[in-house]
Amino acid sequence: MLLARVLEDKLASLYRSGKIVGGVYLGRGQEAFSAALAVHLDQSGGDVYAPLIRDMAGRLAFGEALIDPIRTYLGSPLGPMRGRDGNIHRGRPREGMLAMISHLGAMVSVVNGVLLSRRLRGIPGQVGAACVGDGATSTGAFHEAMNQAAVEKLPLVVAVANNQFAYSTPNDRQYACADLVDRAAGYGVMGYRCDGTDLEECLDTFGEAVRRARRGDGPQLVVGSLLRLSGHGEHDDASYVPASVRKSSLGGDCIELAAKLLLERGWADDADLATWRSEAVGQVEEVLEQVVSEPLPDPMGETWCALSVRHLCEGNLGA
Amino acid sequence: MNVTYLDAIREAQAKALAQDERVFLYGQDIAGFGGAFKATKRLAEEFPGRVLDSPISEDAMVGLAIGAAIDGMRPIIEMQFADFSSLAFNQIVNQAGTHFYRTGVPVPFVIRLPSGGNKGSGPFHSQSLESLYAHFPGLVVLMPATVEDAYTMLLDAVQLDDPVIFCEHKLLYYHLKAEKLPTESLPIGKARIARAGTHATVVTASAMMHEALKAANQLAEESWDIEVVDLRSAKPIDTDTILASVARTGRILCVAESFPWGGLNAEVIARVVGEGFHLLDAPPLRLNSRDTPIPYHPNLWAAHRPTAASITTALRKLLGF
Ligand SMILES: Cc1ncc(C[n+]2csc(CCOP(=O)(O)OP(=O)(O)O)c2C)c(N)n1
Repeated sequence: MLLARVLEDKLASLYRSGKIVGGVYLGRGQEAFSAALAVHLDQSGGDVYAPLIRDMAGRLAFGEALIDPIRTYLGSPLGPMRGRDGNIHRGRPREGMLAMISHLGAMVSVVNGVLLSRRLRGIPGQVGAACVGDGATSTGAFHEAMNQAAVEKLPLVVAVANNQFAYSTPNDRQYACADLVDRAAGYGVMGYRCDGTDLEECLDTFGEAVRRARRGDGPQLVVGSLLRLSGHGEHDDASYVPASVRKSSLGGDCIELAAKLLLERGWADDADLATWRSEAVGQVEEVLEQVVSEPLPDPMGETWCALSVRHLCEGNLGA
Repeated sequence: MNVTYLDAIREAQAKALAQDERVFLYGQDIAGFGGAFKATKRLAEEFPGRVLDSPISEDAMVGLAIGAAIDGMRPIIEMQFADFSSLAFNQIVNQAGTHFYRTGVPVPFVIRLPSGGNKGSGPFHSQSLESLYAHFPGLVVLMPATVEDAYTMLLDAVQLDDPVIFCEHKLLYYHLKAEKLPTESLPIGKARIARAGTHATVVTASAMMHEALKAANQLAEESWDIEVVDLRSAKPIDTDTILASVARTGRILCVAESFPWGGLNAEVIARVVGEGFHLLDAPPLRLNSRDTPIPYHPNLWAAHRPTAASITTALRKLLGF
């Protein structure tokens, strides 16, 4: 969580100084909810994870190396996306982390496919997780995939980070049911609700959801209530979020709240917290220093072929 | 033995299932029912657990295939009709088409599209969508015109490491017959000279190939010698075979059942003009279906798409230049 926050703060400043093109999309305020799912997944054990826009914390908890997001944001040819895709659109599918496409809702059925494949191959006990926001729950793709997972009774955990806004659109323009978790009953899957700012509650909830999925109880839908503590992207000041919502419990900073808990319980002291933060800053600076010295993508060395079967590429067309 | 185009597709799937345990089938009504056209008849019995009915969720059907392909499987997705693949457009072009380029991980799977018009099928059960999918990078688009190609190209498609859009023609399903299943084939991406000729080249594919052959036979009675090139593959296009044919004939007519704006015909002509302008003795022509939705009544439908008669008329014009 802390490493994700520190890294994203750094990415935001690189964006503001013009060193990152496109955009920077932060998960500030959503780290607890994001990481609480991913720590229950077992990457080396074959679990599959489809993070979304605001899952830096979950990605790192799942096992993503710090250098991957930095190389991807800077478009490095040495990163997993090699300058061909950027920012949050990254993954290592062969290592269980799917590379999201922008189109919201579209990754859930892809996780279903991996899980069905595991079933057909006779591999038991592995789970898949897909992350979405409140806005993504309105897509047809999300609905189709939830229903599909329920019909196949797949070991899928879906995390809905309900941060009250989809870009600028408030929940009352997004859906009309009382609570998104009510959808679970409609799909015939297990539903959970949790306070997305409360790390302990998130951990408990996802722990239970992942356990149930793993033991064969079918899809699990977890809805966490929270607020993103930044704009949609760093270009956005989120002025559409009313002050009353910011000041409500939804607007709590999960990292500060988690730190408070650690202090209260005597599991850490102020010095530990300061050390952790400075270690995180050190790690980010060190990796960043390495990446900025690496080569840039070279159009002359690019294959310009979108097929793996090279001789079927019509590479002589275009440009 | 008599094998129809549909039998060939069914047999290719049976063989793919038998010889490769990574293969499974997923689509609407394909398990116990055997599919809307019976292309998967009895396969669920023969291959238990590997022929699965899907909900009516085209987006999630293709999403699932992509996930399974990432995980090492070789799914074959049956769209009930090509027309409904519009609901899966996003997964096909944005997820499947970009995946290898973005991540370096190929997604080998096949989407079978029962395509093209039939009497009374109307606007939503008749479309030919090859040009649409061919437009996007990262996809291979195949269009078998013969029983033999339906069989071997589907088997080859399953073994290909990239996503394949397999456009089957519904009009050919029951009527097109061969003596037996083939044992050899042209490689994917190669066009075939379906009829050799010297006066003009018709470049076409799928059901239109048969209309073009009829037109060629009719003109043969007037001593015109028409060459017919069966593209087999809309992407990639075998430009070399087309240019070699135009070098022999000096004239080209492209015929396709898809809508006229842009598309496969336009692409072939752009390539011939760009790379073989000096070979042309006449302006290149094209014939497509009309720029309206595909009409229901057979009288209207027959006048909507190219037929042997309209191809003959277009060829006369081409030969008259
Ligand atoms: C299908 C689709 N439509 C529109 C967009 C543009 N878009 C990107 S993020 C976003 C808001 C997403 O809101 P939500 O799902 O609640 O996630 P959050 O950003 O709040 O984490 C929109 C509209 C998109 N990426 N995909």
